[in-house]
Amino acid sequence: MMKPEERLAVAIARLILDPKAPPARHVAVGAASPIPAAACFLVQKLGYPIRLSLLSRRTGNPFTEGTRELFDLTGQGRIDLFFLGGGQIDGQANLNLVGTGDWPGMGVRFPGSFGSAFMYMMVPRVILFREEHSPRVFVPKVDNISAPGVSPPGVFRRGHAQALVTGKCVFRFHPDRARFSLESLHPGETVESIRAATGFDFDVEGNIPTTPDATEQELALLRGPVCDEMLETYPEFCARVFNRKAAA
Amino acid sequence: MTPISLEAMAAMVPDGALLALPPDNSLPSVALAKALIRRGARNLRLLGVPVAGFATDILIGAGCVAEVETSAVSLGEAGFAPRFTAAVKAGQIRMRDATCPAIHTMLQASEKGVPFMPLRGLLGSDILKHRPDWKVIPNPFAENGEDPIVLLPAKQPDFAMFHAVMADSKGNVWLGRKRECATIAHASKRTLVTVERVVEGDFLMDERLAPGAISATYVDAVAVAERGAHPVALLDEYGADPAYVSEYARMAKTEEGFAQWLDREVFTPKAMAAE
Repeated sequence: MMKPEERLAVAIARLILDPKAPPARHVAVGAASPIPAAACFLVQKLGYPIRLSLLSRRTGNPFTEGTRELFDLTGQGRIDLFFLGGGQIDGQANLNLVGTGDWPGMGVRFPGSFGSAFMYMMVPRVILFREEHSPRVFVPKVDNISAPGVSPPGVFRRGHAQALVTGKCVFRFHPDRARFSLESLHPGETVESIRAATGFDFDVEGNIPTTPDATEQELALLRGPVCDEMLETYPEFCARVFNRKAAA
Repeated sequence: MTPISLEAMAAMVPDGALLALPPDNSLPSVALAKALIRRGARNLRLLGVPVAGFATDILIGAGCVAEVETSAVSLGEAGFAPRFTAAVKAGQIRMRDATCPAIHTMLQASEKGVPFMPLRGLLGSDILKHRPDWKVIPNPFAENGEDPIVLLPAKQPDFAMFHAVMADSKGNVWLGRKRECATIAHASKRTLVTVERVVEGDFLMDERLAPGAISATYVDAVAVAERGAHPVALLDEYGADPAYVSEYARMAKTEEGFAQWLDREVFTPKAMAAE
């Protein structure tokens, strides 16, 4: 039986390998992103040579100058892909990580923008990921913009969101028209159920396929070597999803 | 350099000072934060480099903080930082939201002794809109068009404070690969470092230790605080204590619960001895 997290990891892995997207040679993954990390490790274990830098890794941390090094690398264009989420995400792919209501989040205060205002504009592609698919997260317009989905001409920007992966579906983002379109539906979802759970308007072109199941090979890799790599950094996730505990 | 006591170190920090702290994955001195609470510090301004965590939340809860400048405040896996969230809502602290590389860049400008440094990105973000101290100019080197770019002022904290593994007889401190703490030390007027232990010798004479050391040039005081990063991990010395952070997150949801936690973990002599 495939877990929802495994389906999401596989969906993200396929987006990483999308031949139409800019190449992913070096991917950085943050502390709060076990599913994107699983997707990256899966791509690696499938034999694709990507360099994966886990920011929160305790042993063998890839950086010897901390996050400063991550942002300097990104500034130079040496990080190809990053993952971002948000407390609110709108139909133009604007992200709000600061909070709802008046500045600085007098409604519900979120932790803060982290590096999003920089990373979103400086990596050639970003995959947006948010498991909770509800009208309070996917809003018509974010209350505060931590990082803008698109920029006017003349503003230096290397890339945009490639896609938004949620607990219910995958959206593709089109920076030329600043809109999402529905790419695939997770099992049990319909265009109508996605409309009902999404505060922003999006495009539906033709028949929308179901997000594919993981193959036997992908599942075996996730539960074996991918989990081995993730145990130290994401112990809670590995225990919950793969039923594996790190040795004490 | 002769180590001083933790309480003497806390006494060096005057009310109203601007303190730069590393995040929970890069050696904050939780022991010094607790000592500042015991000293009854007030109106501190905290700079989370580039984000803030456990130490910041307890300082806010204890009423030591007037202003926080950082890119996020969170307890990681344990969720939102409860005292920070409550203080923002109640208007008890002034929050100056930044974004991670901007904090690093403002310190790097200070490190170089230049008045500002440019940074890409940020244009179109409300973070920039709410920072009148950040300016946008056309890139003076652009060949075509305006190419707007953000300029950030140099930021010089009054104190850098962090927890290292060890200090030597010369007052150099060693913190392995967490060399981003060096930038904070270079940029700050003074640097206070708590350590697990003090050892004989000179790290700078050892080719293997020197790259992970911060020279005594930058270090103003060292205090021994065993397990001084706890509940945060310290390199390969000890791991994080997620159960301790979860319990804190639970108790600190209310002001009463936080006061109980503070009594037990910061003010009782048992807790002081255990640090």
